[in-house]
Amino acid sequence: MSASAAPMQSLSDRVQPYTFPEHVLRAGFMGLVPFFVLTDGAVMLGEEPVEHRPHGGAGILCALSDGQRLVTGGEDGKVVETLPDGTAKVLAEEKGRWVETLALGPDGAVAFAVGKKVVARDGKGKMRDWSAPSTPQGLAFAPKGYRLAISHIDGASLWFAATDAAPEKYEWKGPHLDVTFSPDNRFLVTSMQENQLHGWTVQDKRHMRMSGYPAKTRSFSWSHDGLWLATSGAEAAIIWPFAKDGPTGKAPRECGVRPAKVTQVAFHPKALVLAIGYEDGFIMLVRLTDNAELLARTPGEDRKPVTTMAWDAPGKHLIFGLENGEAGLLALPM
Amino acid sequence: MLDTPEKIPVTVLTGYLGAGKTTLLNRILSENHGKKYAVIVNEFGEIGIDNDLVVGADEEVFQMNNGCICCTVRGDLIRIIENLMKRKGRFDAIIVETTGLADPAPVAQTFFVDQDVQAKSRLDAVVTVADAKWLAARLKDAPEAKNQIAFADVILLNKTDLVTPAELAAVEARIRAINPYATLHKTTKCAIELEKVLDRGAFDLDRILEIEPAFLTGDDHHHHDHDHDCGPGCTHESHAHHDHHLHGHHDEEIKSVSIAHDGDIDPEKFMPWINDLVQVEGPNILRSKGILSFRNEPKRFVFQGVHQILDGDVQREWKPDEKRVSRIVFIGRELNEKALREGFLGCVAK
Repeated sequence: MSASAAPMQSLSDRVQPYTFPEHVLRAGFMGLVPFFVLTDGAVMLGEEPVEHRPHGGAGILCALSDGQRLVTGGEDGKVVETLPDGTAKVLAEEKGRWVETLALGPDGAVAFAVGKKVVARDGKGKMRDWSAPSTPQGLAFAPKGYRLAISHIDGASLWFAATDAAPEKYEWKGPHLDVTFSPDNRFLVTSMQENQLHGWTVQDKRHMRMSGYPAKTRSFSWSHDGLWLATSGAEAAIIWPFAKDGPTGKAPRECGVRPAKVTQVAFHPKALVLAIGYEDGFIMLVRLTDNAELLARTPGEDRKPVTTMAWDAPGKHLIFGLENGEAGLLALPM
Repeated sequence: MLDTPEKIPVTVLTGYLGAGKTTLLNRILSENHGKKYAVIVNEFGEIGIDNDLVVGADEEVFQMNNGCICCTVRGDLIRIIENLMKRKGRFDAIIVETTGLADPAPVAQTFFVDQDVQAKSRLDAVVTVADAKWLAARLKDAPEAKNQIAFADVILLNKTDLVTPAELAAVEARIRAINPYATLHKTTKCAIELEKVLDRGAFDLDRILEIEPAFLTGDDHHHHDHDHDCGPGCTHESHAHHDHHLHGHHDEEIKSVSIAHDGDIDPEKFMPWINDLVQVEGPNILRSKGILSFRNEPKRFVFQGVHQILDGDVQREWKPDEKRVSRIVFIGRELNEKALREGFLGCVAK
């Protein structure tokens, strides 16, 4: 908690609350249009949410937005793109399988995995696939080039998805979960089943181990300047320094220490301010420069985990959703 | 943990190829029993029913290193369960089917080792479907079949219509030699009331209190029991009493050891002992189970384990008329009965 004795300032009264009937899988913005994706297959668009069902009656397993479009993967084996006006287009379909992992890339590219098969679809609709050595757990496009990182058991593979070249292996024993590139394309980081992160330098595969978490890291966020990686999985947001040579030999920052695990982190798009969501439904904003804390949400009786958070591009609104269907849109006072 | 109502019960369904797992699954999915099951299958095509709660899995096993415990888990299962749990309201329980050749350990261990899975679900029982006609042969040539019997909390001895009463008694004796503690049901076409197989709570664990090990060591004066065939109409909750008279038949490889103490156990001694034991002997111990009376504890302590992984908690209160007996059971290979007995009795509360 905050070191000062004065009660923490709160922005709770600036939150427009919503209550949905299902777990909120993803919340975000397309342009300035807010959206909420529910696990039962509903996509709620707009400040006064209008329901769309891009997967018909099927549930949605994963969803991502690049700010222009929303892409969802469903229990119906479909990958569907939804635009801010609600129009939907099926990008791909794998009958009888769950689409559990997605990544969005440059120029309208999408990647997804069904079983061991990874499919990359470029903006023109051309698809290529690659069979991973074990089921891909995470996918991420590199910030530059049409290159996809795939995390799996015993490491990650980097695939130039437009070529026939064999993907390059980044090995580290153990099961890897999610994967992310640093915005400057210098570092590749995965979260692991064994409550730690692993990193490599993209160029020379130097290893970095980031451990000490009591739970799995399931949320990453890079700061706008690319120098910090905030992570969930502890009773504080753990923020690793990635300036120069990366975090090796350096201690991470711990922000927003509370007696509850952090489930979501989201860096402000323009300032060193981190939104931190907890397993008990609280959301806090922390400014890294002076550790100032602001409460953004105080939960009611039903204290369920925050499952998704995102800022709009100008950094004026924070949107979030919870496991129990509660959600909100916070307007910053500026 | 065993009592937490919020946790979704998970049944692991094993059985050698052709024993009748798919028949049982089709019954679970098609019959009108008022419950909804999410079913994780390994061969999508086999289930003839179109149901959006049937999920295909890849049986991907990996080694996990969590501090001092190293064990194998099913990675694909972790994610499927995570995804299912995001829409909990849709189903009452989960069934995980394994392939006929699978070792049940990684599936079971997944429910003890992964924090997120453990927080939301609990392993209810390992149910093994066995083919009455072919099991005896498979026990000789297929180690997987033997493991599946040893692992089971509930065994469906299926296709009983294809064997003579003498053959049936013989195969039952073989099962009992490996695993005397599983609840055994004899079936034809897997016809059984589903509540005898699914969402058992710790019910099947109670069998370890009901069976006196002496009955299992081959006292030839006992007559073979005239066990009735339990069809769908049978309402006998437990067949333990019938089973008492089974003839002792020692399996040459897998055996069980049961140790009882008529009174309290000291948890301060027991916990370190059992933890050390499974660390060292884990590879040989397929299953461990126990119901313990801890000193000054009004509730029963119940635990179960798979290899080196243990999970236990206080459960219901001891009933006023219930004898406070502590008993543990191990099923495994090369078990040193003498050492186990001395170790456990060294934990008796003084």
